[in-house]
Amino acid sequence: MVKIFHWLLPHPFLTLLLAVVWILLQNQVSAGMVVFGLILGIIIPRATASWWPDRPQGIRLTRMVSYMVIVLWDILVANVQVAWIVLTRPNSKLRPAWVVVPLDLVQPEAISVLAGTITLTPGTVSADLSDEGHSLLVHALDTDDPDAVRDQIKERYERRLKGIFV
Amino acid sequence: MSMDVIATFAVAICLFVGAIFSLVGSIGLLKFNDSMTRLHAPTKVGTVGVGSLLLASMIHSYTYGEGSMHELLIMAFLFVTAPISANFIAKVNMHKRSCDTPPSPPRDGTWSTYNVPEEDRELAEADTSS
Repeated sequence: MVKIFHWLLPHPFLTLLLAVVWILLQNQVSAGMVVFGLILGIIIPRATASWWPDRPQGIRLTRMVSYMVIVLWDILVANVQVAWIVLTRPNSKLRPAWVVVPLDLVQPEAISVLAGTITLTPGTVSADLSDEGHSLLVHALDTDDPDAVRDQIKERYERRLKGIFV
Repeated sequence: MSMDVIATFAVAICLFVGAIFSLVGSIGLLKFNDSMTRLHAPTKVGTVGVGSLLLASMIHSYTYGEGSMHELLIMAFLFVTAPISANFIAKVNMHKRSCDTPPSPPRDGTWSTYNVPEEDRELAEADTSS
């Protein structure tokens, strides 16, 4: 029974997500749409399972939600900061810097979420990954202390992501 | 005040905030003089700019007609795709050597953009010098 369940739903969360996206696309909730969304949610992960050989076995939803809330708040704050820098700081006083972030994360999914978060938040863009995937190259728009940026990324985002992907 | 008036004010404020952030993003794109710093303005300011406009659209649709949830999807797809396009632009900058050379990674050989296979070296050289 468990085996059948596992074969049918390789990613239970992805199934749910696809169903919700389908319903949102329809813009109305009806029984037929929910059923069709669930069918899509079962077929698509099943059909693409072979391209995800080392997928994470599961994610902790509650931590994921609290992580998203933190990131959304950071995005708002970061926007105001960057807008302020754009409007008030002359180019000559800008101190851009490269920041190298050594990674403790190993799963590609977790690393891509971290890179995406970095790009969306305070004055930083993730530029590249090292050839064996042990460090992340980040460009900071304006900083006087690259080490502080690195520590903040590790402390605020990476530590939390380690708890999300199992 | 009735619901309609409050909603109208909310829509107006959201549109205003969205417009301001989009404007700042465009100003940043024009003002910065280095390809890497230029990348910062649109990637970040764009998300709140567009997000605020979408919020206005959502409030409006729920007050004056059929409610619509498509905006949530647009937001979600935007948040997933914006970092990827930024990452690709950054990679192109590194590849073209049009930015400061980054420090080399502590544990690995080099950054993956610079890791060109032996047989493609000549092509890459020609590409950066052009």
